[in-house]
Amino acid sequence: MTTLQVFVDGVGLYAPGLDGWAHARVVLAAPQTYLAAPLQLPGIDSLPAAERRRLGIAVKLAMAAGYDAARQSPIDLQQLGTVFASSAGDCDNCHQILESLASSDRAISPTRFHNAVHNAAAGYWSIATGSQQPSTSLSAHDADFGAALLEAACQIHSNAQPCLLVAFDTPYPQPLRTLSSIPHPFGVALLLAPQRSATTLCSLTLSLTQEPAHAMPTPDLEAMRRNVPAARALPLLSALATQQPQDLVIEYLPGLNLAITLQP
Amino acid sequence: MQPLLVKTFTTTTALGRGIAETLSALRAQRCGLQARSWETVDIPTCLGEVDDLDAMTMRADMQDFDCRNNRLAQLALEQDGFMQSVQAAAERYGRKRIGVFLGSSTSGILSSEQAYRQRDPVSGALPACHSYQHTHNMFSVADFVRHYADLQGPAYVVSTACSSSAKVFGIAQRMIGCGLIDAAVVGGVDSLCLTTIYGFNSLQLVSSRPCMPFDAQRGGISIGEGAAFILLERADQAQTDDILLSGVGESSDAHHMSSPHPEGLGARLAMQAALDMAGLPPESIGYINLHGTATPSNDAAEDLGVTAVFGTTTPCSSTKGHTGHTLGASGAVEAVICAIALRHGFVPGGVGTRTVDPSLHCNYLLANQELAITHALSNSFGFGGSNCSLLFSRKRA
Repeated sequence: MTTLQVFVDGVGLYAPGLDGWAHARVVLAAPQTYLAAPLQLPGIDSLPAAERRRLGIAVKLAMAAGYDAARQSPIDLQQLGTVFASSAGDCDNCHQILESLASSDRAISPTRFHNAVHNAAAGYWSIATGSQQPSTSLSAHDADFGAALLEAACQIHSNAQPCLLVAFDTPYPQPLRTLSSIPHPFGVALLLAPQRSATTLCSLTLSLTQEPAHAMPTPDLEAMRRNVPAARALPLLSALATQQPQDLVIEYLPGLNLAITLQP
Repeated sequence: MQPLLVKTFTTTTALGRGIAETLSALRAQRCGLQARSWETVDIPTCLGEVDDLDAMTMRADMQDFDCRNNRLAQLALEQDGFMQSVQAAAERYGRKRIGVFLGSSTSGILSSEQAYRQRDPVSGALPACHSYQHTHNMFSVADFVRHYADLQGPAYVVSTACSSSAKVFGIAQRMIGCGLIDAAVVGGVDSLCLTTIYGFNSLQLVSSRPCMPFDAQRGGISIGEGAAFILLERADQAQTDDILLSGVGESSDAHHMSSPHPEGLGARLAMQAALDMAGLPPESIGYINLHGTATPSNDAAEDLGVTAVFGTTTPCSSTKGHTGHTLGASGAVEAVICAIALRHGFVPGGVGTRTVDPSLHCNYLLANQELAITHALSNSFGFGGSNCSLLFSRKRA
């Protein structure tokens, strides 16, 4: 069986009631203390004001999670490659375009159109950090987080460079909201490295498995895990919060999950 | 990284279905772009449309996936014995050991565009028959192909605008290199939709005439649709004359969301990275399939990037004058065109271009050349500053 080992040097997390990793790790270490609350995002001060005004909630969420993880390490962001994953990217923006195209006046604003690309968050991140390193943007419907983790681990094994993983989802407005069923935003980031360093939290050893995915211990966090693709990361985030050695399984595709051994 | 074997490949675009029709169109320098009405488009433009998609039916067990994009995927999969080769590979390696990594920029969004015109006037609901997950969601086409071919390995869609289906080659190369899989179906599918036609129009990047890459008079892109699939396998058993994926180079511009770096810096990094991975000097490259979208700024930036790495003698052309810009599919479509060039020993001259812009200095071919090349490079650059260059080689004795 093929296994891939990577080292976690930083974690980022923004979701309703999970306000950045420093807050979220305390909550996830005692899951019964979780309280749902409206999403609160920090400002993105690394982009010029003109660019910042163009950002929707999806890109702000992705960037907030990315910075949350990256700032836990002294890494030079200009030298950092990235893997972004999202089920559907900026859903508000997509809805606005679909409404415009269904109207008699089909004019779409140029900013709306370039924000509609699935790699918009990755594009803004590279502009904000000045990184010319490779970046990829994935979708796997409900399997975003597993796809991103698999891709980041394969990149690290191939090029021996660190990699920032960001998985994020936001709800569509109606009418697509009913069909896509994502109820609220969730953004997670992992700063992953090929070797242990002074800032390493733990190592992860990954492999493909057919074992069933692990659930969350409380109903509201389990609902979050099941309802938001990026929140499939929650069992791993809980393990990262407690830092205890453990084996867990993260949901990826039907019949194909990711087994992870966490070692502090 | 180890090279990968590119034995089985196919493409379907406005030039035709499969390799034979594509090859004969390239040999005849045929333009697949036409000024004809499509859907409800009311702006003057030429499109590279694939014929008869509206009349197509999906395989009986794949009806949930029915949309223009997945119809195009199915049509392309059924050319050149591609499905038979995939099934043979599945028997050889096991279904769990074959990945599916596809690029698309807009997936089946046309289905949602049409559904938004049919919302319930009272509730605002979409028609009950609309399946968001199987058509519009970005993963739809990889989900469709994985089920259509009954493959059970890892799968995802790369969506980095117009570099999407070039970058999937790198994903397959890394995952095979890591030992998680033995082979991968890679490729790209993008189909006509209002979002891209009106979106590029909003940026004033759509030409009203068939596009003219690298021409002094170039006035923007012509949007096309297309699909291409490639089965990538380990190259341990490669024979003389087999085609190999020998290099993948990726970079980011870190410059602007919809304009390229003006000096083509990101493009240069991607091309150099592909050469470095293959361990080849620039002068060994016999042909460059340019991204060549025919917008004034893209072609100018790419020309600076190409000439900085290769000088001004390497034969280059863009095939977007043939197919139109197939957006997220263009990386895979043009990878297949490079494979055709390597296999058949000819490099395609661009069509649509009358006079090469004198301010551009790469060796842009206006006529086909019979040339037994050994290495060909394909460039793909997308919005958000996403760049990818692929290097393909013909194994010599």
